[in-house]
Amino acid sequence: MVNPKSAYSVSTKKEKSDTHIIVVWVDNESGVLARVVGLFSGRGYNIESLAVAEVDAKRNISRITIVTTGTPQVIDQIKLQLRKLVPVHKVADFKRNDKSVIFKEMALFKIVGNTSKIKKAINACKKYDLVILDKTKKSNVIQITALRREIDKMSKNLKKLGLVSVSRTGAVAMTRGDKIFN
Amino acid sequence: MPKLYSGAEIVFKCLKDQDVEFIFGYPGGAVLPIYDELKNHSTIKHILVRHEQGAGHAAEGYARSSGKPGVVLVTSGPGATNVVTALTDAYMDSVPLVCISGQVPTHLIGTDAFQECDTTGITRPCTKHNWLVKDIKDLSKTVHEAFKVATTGRPGPVLVDIPKDIQFAKTSYSKPNNEKKLNGKSLNYFSQKNIDELIDLMNNSKKPIIYSGGGVINSGPEASEVLRELVNLTGFPITSTLQGLGAYPGDDNQFLGMLGMHGTYEANNAMHDCDLLINIGARFDDRITGKIDEFSPKSKKIHIDIDPSSINKIIKVDLALVGDVKDVLKGINKTLKKKNIDLKKSNKQKISKWWEQIQKWRSKNSLNFNNSDETIKPQHAVQRLYELTKNKDVFITTEVGQHQMWAAQHYKFNKPNRWMTSGGLGTMGYGLPAAVGVQIAHPKKLVIDIAGEASVLMTMQEMSTAVQYNLPIKIFILNNQYMGMVRQWQELLHEKNYSESYSEALPDFIKLAEAYGCKGIIAEKPDELDEKIKEMVQFDGPVIFDCRVDPNENCFPMIPSGKPHNQMILGPSEKEENKITGKGKALV
Repeated sequence: MVNPKSAYSVSTKKEKSDTHIIVVWVDNESGVLARVVGLFSGRGYNIESLAVAEVDAKRNISRITIVTTGTPQVIDQIKLQLRKLVPVHKVADFKRNDKSVIFKEMALFKIVGNTSKIKKAINACKKYDLVILDKTKKSNVIQITALRREIDKMSKNLKKLGLVSVSRTGAVAMTRGDKIFN
Repeated sequence: MPKLYSGAEIVFKCLKDQDVEFIFGYPGGAVLPIYDELKNHSTIKHILVRHEQGAGHAAEGYARSSGKPGVVLVTSGPGATNVVTALTDAYMDSVPLVCISGQVPTHLIGTDAFQECDTTGITRPCTKHNWLVKDIKDLSKTVHEAFKVATTGRPGPVLVDIPKDIQFAKTSYSKPNNEKKLNGKSLNYFSQKNIDELIDLMNNSKKPIIYSGGGVINSGPEASEVLRELVNLTGFPITSTLQGLGAYPGDDNQFLGMLGMHGTYEANNAMHDCDLLINIGARFDDRITGKIDEFSPKSKKIHIDIDPSSINKIIKVDLALVGDVKDVLKGINKTLKKKNIDLKKSNKQKISKWWEQIQKWRSKNSLNFNNSDETIKPQHAVQRLYELTKNKDVFITTEVGQHQMWAAQHYKFNKPNRWMTSGGLGTMGYGLPAAVGVQIAHPKKLVIDIAGEASVLMTMQEMSTAVQYNLPIKIFILNNQYMGMVRQWQELLHEKNYSESYSEALPDFIKLAEAYGCKGIIAEKPDELDEKIKEMVQFDGPVIFDCRVDPNENCFPMIPSGKPHNQMILGPSEKEENKITGKGKALV
C-alpha cells in the first residue's frame, strides 16, 4: 500500500481476478514478441504462459497465445493496449472456463527408473494422448497433451515414479465448431 | 532503370515529401552521412541544439504550437539515450515527433561497438512504434510510415534507427502511399445512436459539466471552434485540464478555470456535484480525479476520446464515443441544430439553480492570494505578465513545478496551441527548449517561458541555441530559490523537513544571460515589476528575466492527496483548519 503521506492516491480497488486466454495475431517481424511482452511487463500485467509461432508463412503472420489473470478492467486494458501496437492485426480473448474453446498444452516427461516404475508412469499418463518418443532400458521420454492443471498434477505425481525432467509449452487455443475469430 | 539514391539522400527525400521544414538535432559519428547530405537540401533547415534532450523538447514545442510533427535527428548511443526523456514526455502528452537516430553499421550491431546501444529496445516503451532499418529497400517506406504513425489517431513519438551502412547504401526511392491503412486501425467508431443518447442525457441533466482536455488541441484548431459552439449551444459550464487550456477562452463566463489538484474551487466542486459529466479529449489523469472512489459520485459519465484504450482505463463511463473530437463534436452540434434543440434556452430554467451554485463557489475566489508591497508574489508576477502581454498573440511554455501551476491559474488563454507545458511526465527543463521550438515555428510572435530557477537550469545550455538563431525567447524565471513544489510537499507532508530542496549557489542570472550573449533583467520589488516586464517584452532578442519572488509562497488551492474534489484546501487563511493528515473538514 502506498504511504498515505504521498503525492499519489491510495489504491482501494479490490475486484475479482479471472484467468483469460488472449490470442494475438501479429506480423512476424523482429522484435514483435518483445513489444507484446514489454507491454505486459511495463503495465504490470501478468503472464502465466506464452506460446508463439508463425501460422501463415505467406502473409507472415504469427499467433501468440497468452494466459493471464486480471480484473475485468485489466483484461479490457490488455486487449485495448494490444490493439494499439502497430504490428498487431487482431486480438481475441477467452475465459479459461469457456466451453466453446479448446485449450491444450503439451509436456515432455523424462522418466528414469526400473521397468515397473516406467510402466506405472505410462499408465498414469494414458488418458492424456500419450506418445512414447524415446525408449531405453532405463528411461522413457513421453509426450502428453492436456490442460494446464492436468499437466501440473502429472508432473507432481510422476516424481515418485522417476520423473527427472519436464519441458512444457504454454497453452494454445482454438474455438470449437466452424467459427473463427474475426 | 530508376535513379539510385543513398540512404542519406532518401531520408531527405522523405522529409521533403512530408513537408518538413525544420530538424532539431545534434551530429555524431553514426549520422555523419545524413549530416553530409544536409547541404544539398535548402528547404530543410537544421537547428543545432546543445543537448539532444533539448532537440526533443524543441521539436515538441514546434509540434504543439504548429500542429505539425516535430523532427529530431540524433546520433547513436548517447545521442539516442539523451533524447529518451523528451520521447517519453511526448508519449505522455501525445505530441507527434519523428526521431531519426543513427546506429552503428549493421555488421557491428550486438558487438558492443563504440557508441552502440539498443536504441529500439530502450525507446520501445516510450514511443508509439519504432523501427530498426536493416535493409536499404525498407528505408523510404519506413520513414513515411513513421510520419503516419506519429500523426494519426492519438499522436505520439516514433523513432527510426538507421545504421550507418544503410545511410551509405543505394536504392530507388518510393513516394508516400497515402492510401495505406495501418492494419485497418480506423479512428471513428461512434454512431449517430451514440450522439442521440448523449443528447438525451444532456436534455435531462440538471447539473451538467463539460471537462475538456488536450485531445481538443490535438484535434486541430477547428475542434476548438466546434467546442465553443457546443458550449454556446448548450449553456453548460466548462472546465479544462492543464493540457486543454486555450481550447475554450479563459476569460469567458462559462469557463470555470482549470480543474484538478491545483484547479479552481468552482471547477472541482462542480465536477464533484454534477449529474452529467462530459469528458472531451481528456484521460482522467490522477492529478485530475483525486480519490477515484469518490470521483464525481452522482454523475452519468460520457467520454469522447480517439484512443479506445482511454475508455474505462481509470473511470468507468456510461457512454463512450470513440473518435476524433472534431468529428464527434461536429456530429453533436449538427444533431442539436437539426433537432432544433436550443438547450441554452430550454434548459435555462433547469440548470439555472446549478449556475447559482457555481456562482457561490466562484465567490470564494479560490485563486486569491495575499499580495504584498514588500516582496513580489509569484501569482502577482504572472498576473502582471498576463495583463501586460494579453493584447499580443503570446505563446507560453513552462517548466515544471509551482510556477507552472501559477501560470496555468493566472495566465488566461484564448486560443489553442498557445500553451506548451509538460503535464504527463512533468519534465523539469522542458520550457526553455520548448520555447526555442515554438519561436522557430512562429518567428514573429512573443514566446515566453514561465520558469522556475531550478527547472530552467536543467536545460539552460539551450540559451546558446536561442542566441545562435536570433530567437527572441523570454525566460521569465519566478526565482524563489527553492524547488518550490518539492518544498511545498515537504511543508505539508514531511514536517517542514526541507531535505535538499533549497537551491544553493544559484548563478547570477544577469551575468549568465550576458555570458550567453543575451539580455538579463532583474526585478526585486513589486513597484518595478511592470516597467521591467515591459522592458523584457520590448527587447528584440532573447532575455533571461530574474524575477525574485517570495520564497515561502505555496500554490493554492489544492486537493490534498487521497481526498475527493470537494475537500480542497484554499489559501493560507483556510489552511489551518484543514490539515492534510487530519480529518479534513469538508468545504462544501
